[in-house]
Amino acid sequence: MADFGFKLSKSSTLDLDRTDTRVYDILCKTDPDIRTCMACGSCSASCTAAPFCGMSMRKVILALQRGQDVRPMLGKCMLCGKCTMVCPRGINTRHLILSICKYYD
Amino acid sequence: MKNIVIIGGGVAGMEAARQLLALGYTPIIVEKANALGGHVASWYRLFPDMTPASEIISRLKKEIAPANVFTGTKVISISREKGDYSLTLDNGVSILAGAVLFATGFKVFDASKKEEYGYGVYDRVITNRDLEAWLSGGEDKRISAPKAIGFVHCVGSRDLKAGNSQCSKVCCTTAIKQAIEMKEKFPKAEIYCFYMDLRLFGKKYEDFYINAQRDFGVHFIRGRVSEVGETIDGRLQVKAEDTLSGKPLKVQVDNLVLMSGMVCNQSVSELVRQARLDIDDDGFLRSRNNIFDILESNRPGIFYAGACTGTKTVPETLAEARAAALEIHNYLQNG
Repeated sequence: MADFGFKLSKSSTLDLDRTDTRVYDILCKTDPDIRTCMACGSCSASCTAAPFCGMSMRKVILALQRGQDVRPMLGKCMLCGKCTMVCPRGINTRHLILSICKYYD
Repeated sequence: MKNIVIIGGGVAGMEAARQLLALGYTPIIVEKANALGGHVASWYRLFPDMTPASEIISRLKKEIAPANVFTGTKVISISREKGDYSLTLDNGVSILAGAVLFATGFKVFDASKKEEYGYGVYDRVITNRDLEAWLSGGEDKRISAPKAIGFVHCVGSRDLKAGNSQCSKVCCTTAIKQAIEMKEKFPKAEIYCFYMDLRLFGKKYEDFYINAQRDFGVHFIRGRVSEVGETIDGRLQVKAEDTLSGKPLKVQVDNLVLMSGMVCNQSVSELVRQARLDIDDDGFLRSRNNIFDILESNRPGIFYAGACTGTKTVPETLAEARAAALEIHNYLQNG
């Protein structure tokens, strides 16, 4: 392609009308607690993997709600379960991670 | 026995009258509207137990029947006369009162002032008050089988540019209540609440929030709506930042509900000037002390109850009205 000296950037806008939430909707059935997440971030703050590779359970849940692929981030999880222990809403995040893995399997 | 005049016949004025009657007084209520009840009379149900607002109003009306009530009447002047206050009403009646209770309430913020949200510009942008009227059985052509509904929190509240630094306290929970009510009516509709932070301070409010999330699937998006536009088919295009992911976000909705906040009632400013009452920075009446003397003004014998001193929920207002009745009783007893 000819180089015109400029490029077109893709918009980063999240368009909720074109968001595919199928994975999230399925997870709402297997792990209904997921809906009560209030994005407090205690899961991410307690995550043993987070400081080294950017793993964040809060971001995983948000990405699911926004229809994004969470696999790259989840690959860093070591299933230690600390996030489940700290969640003030009692969301079984460790179980949620396993449900996500099961879905993609 | 000295007269007690209550200015304002909303829930604050009525509850104070009820308590004063129980204490053996016959208070005089002056209400500018043609009926008692104030704002609450036009609400549908009250959070968090979905109590019908009409139940509260009819109960109060029944219990204050022995009081002297002037509806459709305004106080046009107030002045100090020895230890008492002389009040003149616009129907020609003058009253000499030993104590005066300001229960003058608030005004709902005029949402059309926030032009970027399009109230009064785009048909399907409505306010919390419009929705409450529709829920009560009123007609509203703007609402018809919506597939998506947005709620914008903090409209005119926590907004220095709109002249209001205060949080209106009730809108977060009202939005949740109305979101649940809309989901009950339109189970397939997607509902989005755009908030900056959710202030669910009251008893059972947080449970109400969890309920909306878990049982009704209401979506909460942290980010203030920046602008609203109309699409070619008459729907609304809403733009906000999804601050949790740090990305701009857009979504189309059939109705956008603006949670208009509570602002000071400027229609009493002339009376306030005549009575030489202090006004706070937020425009509400200034209490003598915000902890110990919330119900007392800077003038002896003039008391406050309810949202005239700041934004309040219905139970907070009722509690203040009860306390104000007792303050007035003590004041009249001890001179």
